[in-house]
Amino acid sequence: MDKTDFLNGNVACAEGAIAAGCRFFAGYPITPSTEIAERMAARLPKIGGTFVQMEDELASVAAIIGGSWAGARTMTATSGPGFSLMMENIGYAAMTETPIVIINVQRGGPSTGQPTKAAQGDMLQCRYGSHGDYSIIALSPSSVQEMFDLTVRAFNLADRFRTPVFLMADETIGHMREKVSLHSDVEIIPRRELKEGELPCAPDENGVPGFGTFGNGHNIHITGLTHSENGYPSTDSAEVHEQLIRRQVGKIEDFRNEIADVDIVNPDAEYIFISYGAPTRTVRQLMADVPETYGHLNLRIVWPFPDESLLAFKNAKAFIIPEMNLGQIAKEVRQYTNIPIVTVPKLGGALHTPAELKKAADVAKTVTKPMTEVRL
Amino acid sequence: MNLEDWYRQDRLPHIYCPGCGNGTVLNCTLRAVQELGFKQEETTFISGIGCSSRASGYTSSDSLHTTHGRALAFATGVKLVKPHQHVIVFTGDGDCSAIGGNHFIHACRRNIDLTVVCINNNIYGMTGGQGSPCTPYGAITTTTPYGMHEQPFDLCKLAEAAGANYVARWTSYHVKELTEAIHAGLEVPGLSFIEVMTQCPTSFGSKNKMRLATQMIDMFRENAVLKVKADRDTAAGKPLEPGKFIVGEFVRRHNPPLGVEESK
Repeated sequence: MDKTDFLNGNVACAEGAIAAGCRFFAGYPITPSTEIAERMAARLPKIGGTFVQMEDELASVAAIIGGSWAGARTMTATSGPGFSLMMENIGYAAMTETPIVIINVQRGGPSTGQPTKAAQGDMLQCRYGSHGDYSIIALSPSSVQEMFDLTVRAFNLADRFRTPVFLMADETIGHMREKVSLHSDVEIIPRRELKEGELPCAPDENGVPGFGTFGNGHNIHITGLTHSENGYPSTDSAEVHEQLIRRQVGKIEDFRNEIADVDIVNPDAEYIFISYGAPTRTVRQLMADVPETYGHLNLRIVWPFPDESLLAFKNAKAFIIPEMNLGQIAKEVRQYTNIPIVTVPKLGGALHTPAELKKAADVAKTVTKPMTEVRL
Repeated sequence: MNLEDWYRQDRLPHIYCPGCGNGTVLNCTLRAVQELGFKQEETTFISGIGCSSRASGYTSSDSLHTTHGRALAFATGVKLVKPHQHVIVFTGDGDCSAIGGNHFIHACRRNIDLTVVCINNNIYGMTGGQGSPCTPYGAITTTTPYGMHEQPFDLCKLAEAAGANYVARWTSYHVKELTEAIHAGLEVPGLSFIEVMTQCPTSFGSKNKMRLATQMIDMFRENAVLKVKADRDTAAGKPLEPGKFIVGEFVRRHNPPLGVEESK
């Protein structure tokens, strides 16, 4: 039975993880994500799960990868500086195709920055932060309800695509309180177990190998080295390496428009806001204040970027992109369109105001250059 | 299972240099596992990066070859999710005590039920022989061309102080004792740390007047002092001579472990 509660986003995220079957959490305290670890520490031991506080964030990701190979749905949560430390083993998870979920409650950076202020400055880091070519999936919640719902989705995507999945929240969404429905019967899409006789790193028709859970008698070897379909290191062959990396990237990028989760509002409008996370709330406020004036593309999944969703706006004269960074996703949008882009960066932690977005929309009516930044 | 069955036969021969001690350590580890009659599906080998850490690839059960220094953190996740698994970690001196030093002391502090076999060849072998935190004072390596001028770690003292339930040191010369120590480590709940002094004639010996593997083995035999004798000497006020090191069992205790079914 669903329960309705009034929670902050971080707690709703932890409840979503538990509803999704997460039974192992390894983490390290960091503002503004700590409530997630605290909630998991309180809840997991009572439902047969395990919480462990690790010595740092490198170890946190290592432990959830180990836990995932032992068969559990596993998660960690962090913020900026901790996220930077996680990059090493995120690459390992990508290379070994390990399903894990990482929550990043973003704060102002770089370095220690603004620990208690919201930001979206890690959007490119989550896509590209580890070395080498790889791909991942990243979701972006804009409400407490989405902290719950998208955390559940993150686990399903991680298992379906065998990849690290990021919930790229921010301090505002993590700490605000809203009414939330805690669904008890969420959809679970389990990872596909390796079949007998199937090679541990050989792809199925979707490009994803079966998962050889440790202890189930598969007797497999898993390595972060370039490996053949039997899982064994094969580091000298250009062909093996290229085939492996192209498959691992393709298993996500080739499905980008299937993975996509967007809201398209007023597709016939000429001036279109594109947003994700907290700025979506301000765009919606402006849309309510002046209905039928602007279009809106809200991205609940940012990576892989849902490029086809841009095509919904046939009359678009400009895309207006408010972000709590210096235009990280705007550059991605630029790759897929020749329509002028107006970036509306805002740093420091406060959300955009409707008036600021209105100002950006007015600027958008005059732009001719491919990219124009509105200084607030 | 026979001893041979614990080897991933289709991965042999291994990549180790002629004269390397790692094969000996792998052999002793698998012999201890075989003696204990572990089931393949209940045994997981985990390793970091380096020559030592390639060992997990030659074992026939599930194995995870992880990132540099982090094997113990990965192993912590496996063990906490599946406490009935026997989890054995292969690591090296650089992997365990330099880049992985923090994970090492915290795994010992948690006293998590893992058996750690640390192959200490005093050097970074895989990258061609750079100095490590266990390179002896004065030894020549590619990054200490004028002699190591830092003091080395005593990994066993570190493990003991950090809280491991079982701590022992042997060498690749002491194959029987080493096998018994790994056997004991696998039986003691909590973190078991077995350091194995191992020859790297290719990168360490060649620069330190022990070009032949046999010269390094002779050095181990001559310089290893049994713990009982060292204790006797200490009581008599005789300090350990320079260049000598102590071998034997340092700790066997039963502090509350993490990651065993009962205490979960």
